[in-house]
Amino acid sequence: MTVRAAGEHALLVETGSLEAAHRLDALLRADLPPGVEDVVPGSRTVLVVAPAADRPRLETLLASLLRTALAPAGADGPGRLVEIPVVYDGEDLAEVAELSGLSAEEVAARHAASEFTVGWLGFAPGFAYLIGLDPALHVPRLAVPRTSVPPGSVAVAGSYSAVYPSASPGGWRLLGRTDVRVWDAAAEPPAMLPPGTRVRFRPGTAR
Amino acid sequence: MTARVEVLAPGPYATVQDLGRPGYAHLGVPRSGAADPPSLRLANRLVANAETAAGIELTLGGAALRFTAGAWVAVTGAPCPVEAAGRAAGTDAPLWVPPGGVLRVGVPRRGLRTYVAVRDGIGVERVLGSRSTDSLSGIGPPPLRAGTTLPVGAGAVAAAILADFAAPPPLPRRPVVRVLPGPRDDWFVPEALTALCAAAYEVTADSNRVGARLRGAPLERARAGELASEGMPLGAVQVPPGGQPIVFLADHPPTGGYPVVCVVAAADLPMVAQARPGDLLRFRLVRRASHDRASHDRASHDRATARHREAVDRPGGACQEA
Repeated sequence: MTVRAAGEHALLVETGSLEAAHRLDALLRADLPPGVEDVVPGSRTVLVVAPAADRPRLETLLASLLRTALAPAGADGPGRLVEIPVVYDGEDLAEVAELSGLSAEEVAARHAASEFTVGWLGFAPGFAYLIGLDPALHVPRLAVPRTSVPPGSVAVAGSYSAVYPSASPGGWRLLGRTDVRVWDAAAEPPAMLPPGTRVRFRPGTAR
Repeated sequence: MTARVEVLAPGPYATVQDLGRPGYAHLGVPRSGAADPPSLRLANRLVANAETAAGIELTLGGAALRFTAGAWVAVTGAPCPVEAAGRAAGTDAPLWVPPGGVLRVGVPRRGLRTYVAVRDGIGVERVLGSRSTDSLSGIGPPPLRAGTTLPVGAGAVAAAILADFAAPPPLPRRPVVRVLPGPRDDWFVPEALTALCAAAYEVTADSNRVGARLRGAPLERARAGELASEGMPLGAVQVPPGGQPIVFLADHPPTGGYPVVCVVAAADLPMVAQARPGDLLRFRLVRRASHDRASHDRASHDRATARHREAVDRPGGACQEA
């Protein structure tokens, strides 16, 4: 586990695991060190963007916080749980069923039975990579991405699931849709699913 | 009546930019802001604005802007022919545009991005603390079109305009861009950084505010496989599987899955943002770009001396450390 330089203004802390990345992220956010502008957890890292920081002091602090983050968990409870109602009528449901050798109902049931954790965000504002997808539902992205995926689309690709936060192009396979807005630039916080949030999908019916 | 800027012609691509929206990268929000921040800051200082005020970022100039109530403005960045209300005017100086007068900005002789500041700033609504257009995610005001009208800010601070001209940071004809190794240089063969610094890379036509896409010697990976998604810093030199590097600019995605072989020195990133398609960039490996916070102040000096450095670092020479 190391702290790597990422240019003059950022440090990339290798945490070795998503859990430790989330713990380090939480420790940094709880008491943001002077000069830090952004803290960006990844799959096994935390990027700390700090153009104005005293670099040696920040490195020392990060090494110390990393030791705390790597200590066996116990004190920290589970993250906040968000339940998202889904209508499982997505355009790709039948194809995911075929690829996974399951019925469409079984695909929906397995997706709704998993508990996910938000790993990190990327691709678009509010787009949370949800970790914890049932391995039977690991399917490749579409060969040709859609030019526009509606907001609220609930989708899977590889080992991830996600809720599209806004209309955008996208190559993930659509299982269903939700009315829940996971992104609202006017809200505070604007993203409903920050890193570390636990997520469950609840099957529902269309309005 | 509020003063407004009427866009008669935006040129090839024009947006409202301030210094961006840091603090939201963990929610997938790019930092955005001016691609060449020192030029926007300079334009703001020339009209006695706070450096954080929003201005207009033009791409390859070509704009005509009408100022309904008259305004002090300044044009900086890529140097263009400028005309204010029918009279030839200069860049890097405050100019008065009379009520209803039109500021015309021609095509830059060199460089890519020109900034127009107006006294009191562009007053569009802030989104997540910034007025910048984020071209990657669509946050902020839409790109300017003919017919767009922009409000001028209310002008809370009435500082006097004191400067009559500022020496602009020179745009070297053959820029040499310093890079710092890592964080993922170990994903590449040891010769990769040497190759990056050995010969020039051409800026390609698909470059934009997200990144400068380069064409040159491919950078070879030492290991296969996918990098676990991680945070990406501004100025990251990211290398997709094809081996052709991309330098991340203001609207870069906050996380990514391709390894970053090196990161451009902060003071040199504006040179990359000012390189237009077809321009050549050369890279120089350094272990540290600055020893103190004064590096920003030295940026223009560094650029002025880049031409001299070029004479020292002949093409094909090995990477040097400083």
